[in-house]
Amino acid sequence: MEHYNMNLTLKVWKQKNTNEKGRFETYHVKDISSEMSFLEMFDVLNEQLIAEGKEPVAFDHDCREGICGMCSMVINGRAHGKWEQTTTCQLHMRAFKDGETIVVEPWRASAFPVIKDLVVDRQSFDRIIQAGGYVSVNTGNAVDANAIPIEKHMADEAFASAACIGCGACVAACPNASAMLFLSAKVSHLAMLPQGSPERKERVMNMVNQMDKEGFGSCTNIGACEAECPKGISIENIARLNREYLGAMFDGGSKNSI
Amino acid sequence: MSWKNAFSSSVGKKIQMSLTGLFLILFLLVHCYVNAMIFYNDGGEKFTEAAHFMGTNIVIRITEIGLFAFLILHIVQGLSLWMQNRKRRNTRYAVNAGNATSKWYSRSMGILGTLILLFLVLHISAFWAPNRASQTMGNGELDLYGMMRDAFQNIAVVIIYIFGCISLAWHLVHGFFSAFQTLGLAMNKYKGIIKSVGVAFSIIIPLIFALMPLAFYMHWIQ
Repeated sequence: MEHYNMNLTLKVWKQKNTNEKGRFETYHVKDISSEMSFLEMFDVLNEQLIAEGKEPVAFDHDCREGICGMCSMVINGRAHGKWEQTTTCQLHMRAFKDGETIVVEPWRASAFPVIKDLVVDRQSFDRIIQAGGYVSVNTGNAVDANAIPIEKHMADEAFASAACIGCGACVAACPNASAMLFLSAKVSHLAMLPQGSPERKERVMNMVNQMDKEGFGSCTNIGACEAECPKGISIENIARLNREYLGAMFDGGSKNSI
Repeated sequence: MSWKNAFSSSVGKKIQMSLTGLFLILFLLVHCYVNAMIFYNDGGEKFTEAAHFMGTNIVIRITEIGLFAFLILHIVQGLSLWMQNRKRRNTRYAVNAGNATSKWYSRSMGILGTLILLFLVLHISAFWAPNRASQTMGNGELDLYGMMRDAFQNIAVVIIYIFGCISLAWHLVHGFFSAFQTLGLAMNKYKGIIKSVGVAFSIIIPLIFALMPLAFYMHWIQ
């Protein structure tokens, strides 16, 4: 692979806090290695800004190995950049050319208010999980993991759905700012396993209700979420969620629903 | 929590869109079948016979009320979802992914639907409304075949109709698949067949409809 250095122009969203209006700030970075990750390029930018006595750009990051889902950046209109099934930390600078201008924005959704610059508040996802994205566990001895037989293909599909890291790229990519891909992955992976099955009806009802309360848009099956998901979650999960929801609805739902 | 969720929740509203949409797809099939009778080129004999049945049969007339109810529900719910969803992102993106992540017609269902609605207002006031009005006044059914033949001599009318059919086709390409996806039927196993049938339907039905005004205008049928 060819190694090269590049000079870039960055147009980065700067916003002081949730209430104040944001704007784009233009920065120039020099001698960026094609082997840097996108976040390392931002580290270089921030060090440069600190050295100049300016305020660095606030951005979310944690594991930097593509599994935590923190690095929320919309890069040139694409959630996590243009590479498929990649988080921002795994996007490398070889995706860009020398002299390029890169526009970096935060996740934009009313349910994800900007805290500062590129950092958004994703607690709405936590509240959706709290509404039903769990299996109630009774106290007692730990149950043997293999005590309940599970069909191989169900286990595989549940695992594929469970790959969701809750990053919010689906919401950022959706023209309706809908959280249906996230929600459907959570509902799916629990509904497909015997441990999650007893609570499936109240789970889907409660989680959809919570999603609506948080102010996410509704799903119109556009499919942009699937295209941008760093973990390749399929919109088949949304079909499954709809099926779960219909089932719960016509069954009178659950008495435990909110 | 129960069936009431069909009216209150976002998923419930989408199920309404899906079921009314599927009913409208069935209607298109029947409407297309009946109107395609003009292609017998028999001076409208077979068409008039079919139109008489559709206009007087009690079962069809009752279904017609349901059709209008579903159509209105589809329009009202669709427009309200469209407007609500737009508000879910207060600050828009400076750069949009556009066609890189989704199809333009999937993102434009609201606009395509509005175009179809505008077309429908013209279409219903040209044929259905005067015919039913005449029936209600006790003057009997109108000569719908003759009305078509006259209306489609005007190139502007023909262009509006063809434009309406194109809007319908793009609306259907997304809508057909979307209806099954919303009902949870579009698992990977059936996704391919649903999409293929949907695209075939979206081409064939609007094409037959578009050929009707064109055939009259070009005097392929008399």
